[in-house]
Amino acid sequence: MNKKIRLLLVDDEEEFVKTLAERLELRGFKTLIALNGGEALEILETEEVDIIILDLKMPGISGLDLLRTIRHEKNNIPVILLTGHGETKDGIQGMKLGAFEYLMKPIEIDMLLQKIGEAYEEKHL
Amino acid sequence: MNLIKKLKNLFTFNPDVEGEIRYKILKRNLVAIMLTVTFTPLLIMAFINYIEFKKTMFKEIISPMHAIVAKAKHSMELFLAERLAILNFVSKAYSYEELSRPEKLIEVFSAMKSELRGFVDIGVIDHHGIQINYVGPYDLMRKDYSQQSWFQEVIIKGSYVSDVFMGYRKFPHMVIAVENSLKSGTSWILRATIDTDLLNSILQSMSLDQEGDAFLINKDGVLQTPSKYYGSVLNKIPFKIPPISYQPTVTEIEDNSGNVFFMTYVYLAHPNLILILSKPYHGVLRAWTALKSEILALFIGGTFLIIFVVIKVTDIFVTKLKESDEKREAAFRELQHHHKLSSLGRLAAGVAHEINNPLAIINEKAGLILDLLPNLPKHQYNNKLETLTKEIVKSVKRCKNITHRLLGFAKRIDVQLEKIDINDLIKEVLTFIEKEALYKNIDLQLDLDESVPTIISDRGQLQQVFLNILNNAFDAISEGGIVEIKSEHKDHNFIAVSIKDNGHGMDEETIKHIFEPFFTTKKIYGTGLGMPITYGIIKKLGGDIQVKSEVGKGTIFTVYIPIKSSTISQ
Repeated sequence: MNKKIRLLLVDDEEEFVKTLAERLELRGFKTLIALNGGEALEILETEEVDIIILDLKMPGISGLDLLRTIRHEKNNIPVILLTGHGETKDGIQGMKLGAFEYLMKPIEIDMLLQKIGEAYEEKHL
Repeated sequence: MNLIKKLKNLFTFNPDVEGEIRYKILKRNLVAIMLTVTFTPLLIMAFINYIEFKKTMFKEIISPMHAIVAKAKHSMELFLAERLAILNFVSKAYSYEELSRPEKLIEVFSAMKSELRGFVDIGVIDHHGIQINYVGPYDLMRKDYSQQSWFQEVIIKGSYVSDVFMGYRKFPHMVIAVENSLKSGTSWILRATIDTDLLNSILQSMSLDQEGDAFLINKDGVLQTPSKYYGSVLNKIPFKIPPISYQPTVTEIEDNSGNVFFMTYVYLAHPNLILILSKPYHGVLRAWTALKSEILALFIGGTFLIIFVVIKVTDIFVTKLKESDEKREAAFRELQHHHKLSSLGRLAAGVAHEINNPLAIINEKAGLILDLLPNLPKHQYNNKLETLTKEIVKSVKRCKNITHRLLGFAKRIDVQLEKIDINDLIKEVLTFIEKEALYKNIDLQLDLDESVPTIISDRGQLQQVFLNILNNAFDAISEGGIVEIKSEHKDHNFIAVSIKDNGHGMDEETIKHIFEPFFTTKKIYGTGLGMPITYGIIKKLGGDIQVKSEVGKGTIFTVYIPIKSSTISQ
């Protein structure tokens, strides 16, 4: 990658999100971490983000709510949804709200990398 | 206490008793109660009817006999009274001298005969008992009656009526006589013989039926008129003479041959005779016996009918009750089972969800170790460490499969029905996979029938179904494959959605097992639950699923969904 792709990871599970961030950093991505919806919105206001990786199930503002808010602000950043819950309904709703992809936890890093690549490509088409 | 409990049980149908025996007891009790309730009044009514009918019947039989006897008594008394009166009149109207003249007596006698039938002869007797004048068929002129008892009686009493007797005339007759006196005080007597055949004809005129017998007897039990059963005149009757009664009286008699008769009798004041009307008992009672057997037949017929109906109705009732009990129990069991499954499902979902998060952490940590390992300085354990960590990642993957299976199981349990436009639903599912199609270069062809009606079904479960089938189709085809999705309105109960791919297809063996749990062709990552779950969902929603496949050519899955899903759960 010429330029480091900037990823925003939003997940309330700190151990998970930090480890994932470290792994992605090792693969040459720039990562930002938000442990809840509020933090994510703050980061989005100040930082430039290429792709958001968003957990659907979070206390407070849920992943879907956050996605709605982001889309409401006409922000077209690709969003890859993650969830521990295999609810097809939530997934489909997320897709309807304009998410790029839907992955179930535990994720395979290669699959995530592939989706990130696809999302980035689409954004820069 | 015990009795009260028993009675209570009789009406509450033994709620304490369980199983088949309960219905037997219930049936027995119902039959007993219904039979008691129906038979008690029936028996009472039958008994009262029997008594009343009997009374009425006897009244019906006796009162005409009474009437006949009373009328006959009156006729007979009148018969004699008339003849006695005319004799008396003649003795008063004509003088002894006049009547002593044969031609005068002939004239008077013919006048009497023309007025009243039955006179046989007439004679005038002087105070010595000598018949001084006679008109009649016999040669009785100058006959001396002075030694006969009736002569004395008529002198004393003024009139005389004899019993019936044959005498030398050789036919039943009776004698009446009246006394009169000359101015000198000397008595003379006018005597006439009456043919008692006329009495007989009065008896005959009593409207008797074939079995009836009417006759006259005197005080000594000697027949004065012929009897059907006891022979001709002057025979003695073979039974005891009934006690004196001047009112018609009914009694039962048994003659010497043992025949029982129903007898109505009356004593006549004049002549001194007894009028008897008798009917054989069996004849009198024939009508009653017939009625009795009719009542009995009706009673027995009614009894059988009631028993039949009671048993039949009870049987139907108890069978229905049993069926509905069984249905209710089955429904209850099913509900219980469903609840159990439902809570089990929720528990499974909870566990799956809770485990999933730490699993994701383990996955990432192990992944990070793997990421970092190549950067470590060379060490003899480096390879070992890598192998171990990969084992961790592999185990995590297995756990992931397990939690997904649990979630799938949980999701299958509850059905939530809502209005669904199947074409919209298909499009929704497609948004979920069209990216994959794009990258796999799969051509998705839609042939959606816009006239398909809205269905009532479970949205989430149907999404799962189509997602499963589409995933299978995607797995089956290589780059550049085609997947056709078609919806159509089958009939007024079903719509159909078919998903056709031009992938590798399946052999017959695979098709046979495709809906069996844990059967998978995806050696590494398949759970073997996708198709069974799909099948289970469709069955639960009241639909059906069909597979047609040919190796090398492709597969068609056709899903039939009812327009209105029932909520029957498995």
